[in-house]
Amino acid sequence: MSKKMIERDKHISVGTRPERMDAKDKVTGHALYGTDINLPGLLHGRVLRSPHAHARIVSIDTSKAEALPGVFAVVIANDLPEADDRTEKAGESTINYKFLRDNNLASDKVLYVGHAVAALAAKSPDIAQNALELIEVEYEILEPVLDVRHAMSDKTQVLHEQIRTDGPDGSGDTPSNIAQHIRHVKGDPDKGFSDADVIVEREFTTVPVHQSYLESHAATAVWGMDGTLTIYSSTQGAFLARRQVSELLQYPMSKIKVIPTEVGGAFGGKNPTYVETPAALLARKTGRPVRVVMSREEVILGTGPGSGTAITVKVGATKLGKITAVQAELCYEAGAYPGSPVHPGAMAMFAAYDIPNGQIDGYDVLVNKPRVAAYRAPGAPQSAFAGEQIIDELAQKIGMDGVEFRMANAASEGTERLDGSLHKSIAIQEILGVIEDHPHYNEPLDGPNQGRGIAIGFWDNWGARSSVEINVNSDGTVNLISGSVDLTGSRTTVAMQAADVLEIPFENVKSSMVDTDSISYTDTSAGSRTTMATGLAAVEAARDVLTKLQLEVSDMWSVSLDSVVYSKGVFRTTERKSENITFADLAAKLSGQINGHGNVNVENWAGAGGGTIVDVEVDPETGQVKVLRCTAIQNAGKAIHPGHVEGQMQGGVVQGIGWALYEGYQYDELGHVLNANLLDYKLPTSLDVPSVEAVIIEKPFPSNPYGARGVGETPIISPAPAIANAVQQALGQRIDQLPMTPTTLLEKIGVI
Amino acid sequence: MKTFDYEAPVTIDQTITLMSKTRGKTLLLAGGTDLLVQLRYSNQDVDLVIDVKGIPELNQINYDEFSGLVIGAAAPCSQIYESAPVLENFPAIIDAATIIGGKAIQNRASFGGNLCNASPSGDAIGAMMSLGAICNVVGSEGVRNIPIEDFCIAPGKNALEKGEMLISIQIPSPRPNSGSHYLRFTPRAEMDIAVAGVGASIELDSDLNKILSARIALVAVAPTPVLATEVSESLVGQKTSGSLLEKAANIAKETISPITDVRGSASQRKHLIGVLTRRCLDIAVKRAVQVS
Repeated sequence: MSKKMIERDKHISVGTRPERMDAKDKVTGHALYGTDINLPGLLHGRVLRSPHAHARIVSIDTSKAEALPGVFAVVIANDLPEADDRTEKAGESTINYKFLRDNNLASDKVLYVGHAVAALAAKSPDIAQNALELIEVEYEILEPVLDVRHAMSDKTQVLHEQIRTDGPDGSGDTPSNIAQHIRHVKGDPDKGFSDADVIVEREFTTVPVHQSYLESHAATAVWGMDGTLTIYSSTQGAFLARRQVSELLQYPMSKIKVIPTEVGGAFGGKNPTYVETPAALLARKTGRPVRVVMSREEVILGTGPGSGTAITVKVGATKLGKITAVQAELCYEAGAYPGSPVHPGAMAMFAAYDIPNGQIDGYDVLVNKPRVAAYRAPGAPQSAFAGEQIIDELAQKIGMDGVEFRMANAASEGTERLDGSLHKSIAIQEILGVIEDHPHYNEPLDGPNQGRGIAIGFWDNWGARSSVEINVNSDGTVNLISGSVDLTGSRTTVAMQAADVLEIPFENVKSSMVDTDSISYTDTSAGSRTTMATGLAAVEAARDVLTKLQLEVSDMWSVSLDSVVYSKGVFRTTERKSENITFADLAAKLSGQINGHGNVNVENWAGAGGGTIVDVEVDPETGQVKVLRCTAIQNAGKAIHPGHVEGQMQGGVVQGIGWALYEGYQYDELGHVLNANLLDYKLPTSLDVPSVEAVIIEKPFPSNPYGARGVGETPIISPAPAIANAVQQALGQRIDQLPMTPTTLLEKIGVI
Repeated sequence: MKTFDYEAPVTIDQTITLMSKTRGKTLLLAGGTDLLVQLRYSNQDVDLVIDVKGIPELNQINYDEFSGLVIGAAAPCSQIYESAPVLENFPAIIDAATIIGGKAIQNRASFGGNLCNASPSGDAIGAMMSLGAICNVVGSEGVRNIPIEDFCIAPGKNALEKGEMLISIQIPSPRPNSGSHYLRFTPRAEMDIAVAGVGASIELDSDLNKILSARIALVAVAPTPVLATEVSESLVGQKTSGSLLEKAANIAKETISPITDVRGSASQRKHLIGVLTRRCLDIAVKRAVQVS
């Protein structure tokens, strides 16, 4: 059924801009987040974190902390059962349960400053804080490995003795910090380069960047007398959180209920769990509810940012502007445990282009930094920063306009990517066409030290499993529940699709996210999948409702099922013109006892392309870059809620500006983070970003009933390289490292 | 954050008495934009926090030509930058009041708090120092007037003795043909802290081309905001020109030995002080010309 496109003129809600259901509660402070959970007898949990970047734990003595009045329990890794050394896909990243266990509570080694070592519960936050200082940990300090290139050399301390490089030619035979080496080869790169008239080559570096969700991680755990564990969590995937806790506690899923709270931002960073399992251990040990809420410092130190990278890239082209070959080496920091997004980084790097010959080598590299987590288009902003600058440089060398050069090499439906996949319908040419025709690209700059840059990007998105149930009420309204955690307004966009199929007003659909006891399995809200995949489940559930109602009507009127038709909220039969009943009247007749189920596993979904035009002004004396104007272009397939799509595009640009100009972990030589606060880890403020014009292109993806594609991640990919290209135009200097801070710029242009 | 007592007296006398009676550590709270963060994160033992926001003298903003501008120690930035006489006569004060934190912070943060916090990067300190401010201090022993350049003695340390409190800051009326400016460099446009900052006030002669007097304060390049007397001396008696300001900027660079930290390197700060001094003096001179 889902294969069928819904005709555009039938849309009632889809494509409109209703007010987001959760908006008013959130802006007025009524919405309940993880920190708001307050249960009788609640204890406050805190986590002891490693002051060292790399050390062996010799001993942990918790006796003094346990003896402090007001302290109820202390837990360490030994309180957890052994975990399976098994790796599973989790959102856009992977989870290995043995490593997850060690990341929740370190067993033999600490691998980064901020690594959790112990957790305790006390009757007040102050007592908990004081008790942390009484836990005595003896460390044998080891040499920290902080630089990705250094980590890859043979002469470095290894983080994990048991890890061998999983490479394209099999497994390595000595311990290594390179957990994985991937290789994509297409065509004959050597021949491609020998056919090139112009070749450019550069190395780019980026540093870890945190998702910086406004809300920190929070979990409250409570055990029932029947052995049921309930966890209120700020997770972005309730079922994913349940799976992790179940694995770490070796406890059946049926007895763990995860209740997702409202989430104040996640961006991929709330797929892994950190405090849920320690809270559950403490709650079990004390017999009381335990709440653990991270501070901002803990979030920065102890949770996964996006990877720092070192990327070398070489591209050749003919003087007529055809790319003949690319070669790239992507070294991505995984942090303390394997699992960097080097795969999607390599996927996205040149995905917008038709490259005849190429080789990409990707390395997943262990360093003494927090284990990275997904961050909005994981891996792609880094590889695009390198790829879209080198494309720009090549166009300049050949003497072609950047749009024209990209157009001449743009991928289209059927293009084979370097990773071997074939592109479905994409709209790279359309996006470049919008850029070329947009006033922003054509109006002259109006001052000295200004520059204009463009960049494009592509993201693969995700499909996966979603479940929706719709219960009809006797007044003709409906309640929709889904297993998706609502990060960005998906309650609203999912309800819009149900309302559309049911042909009832959007206002008549009340949409909620529910706990893991209340609905069947739903994958995490990640990979730009929720509006599309959970929306599809809602379409299925709504169709199920209509099918059941049609059956009721055929029984009621004693007419054949085939004769019952439904249009604009009214059931009729082709057998007797006189009979009709509205959706609401039928619902009343049935006392509302009708429900519909939608369980989908979306295996056919489409990626989305996008682009950025940006103007900057650089102060050559201070190195400051001001973003003057920005236009974002994106293929949404079908914008279910255009306002939400624009919001995603604008938010992606804001984060992209953060990556480009402001954000990044700063380390000292021992691996201490120097800016673990939001004063010195600089996020752009509202005064640092211009009003962003969002241009939505709708090139439908035919396998979705509305033609919808995921839209959340693509917008963060192209802003940083577009800004770098604009800075290059303004300064005449290409900046090969992120973030492009005033200090970096002054150093690059030789002023300091 | 450890528990502590809280008092909110409404007179200076009550405050002095409270401070003298308390044996343990006492802190005064005005806007709290620095203090609350420090209490929360430094885990220091504090016994008593005295909220001085409710004391009328500490909220005054008064101006007359004879005694100049008096800013109560707890007056928030937003009241300072909305004050007509400040807007008219003390542009450097407006500059500082409108860049501290962001809008929300400015509704709470006070110049007195900025001064007592004695941060090397205190924007209000730099602006007030360039205008020759005097700090009015009261304690159980009586009244003291401390020149602002002597008020901050080390990062986070001020010249107040135990039992003393800052009541107000007094800034002399502007001389004829004078102009002032405060300029800092921050990576972000708001909610940020100076990598380097310069406050300047300039008095011109009646022909508006010779500098009669100058005060230059440098911020975030020494343990405290500092008065750059060599820079002032290089300007006094000279005709204003691009090359004069350039020379002054170079002298400013040479007078400092800043540190490298997470917010900027020593060489970046030295470089920035040069750029900011030139730009700041240029605007102060232009303002002097405009007001006359």
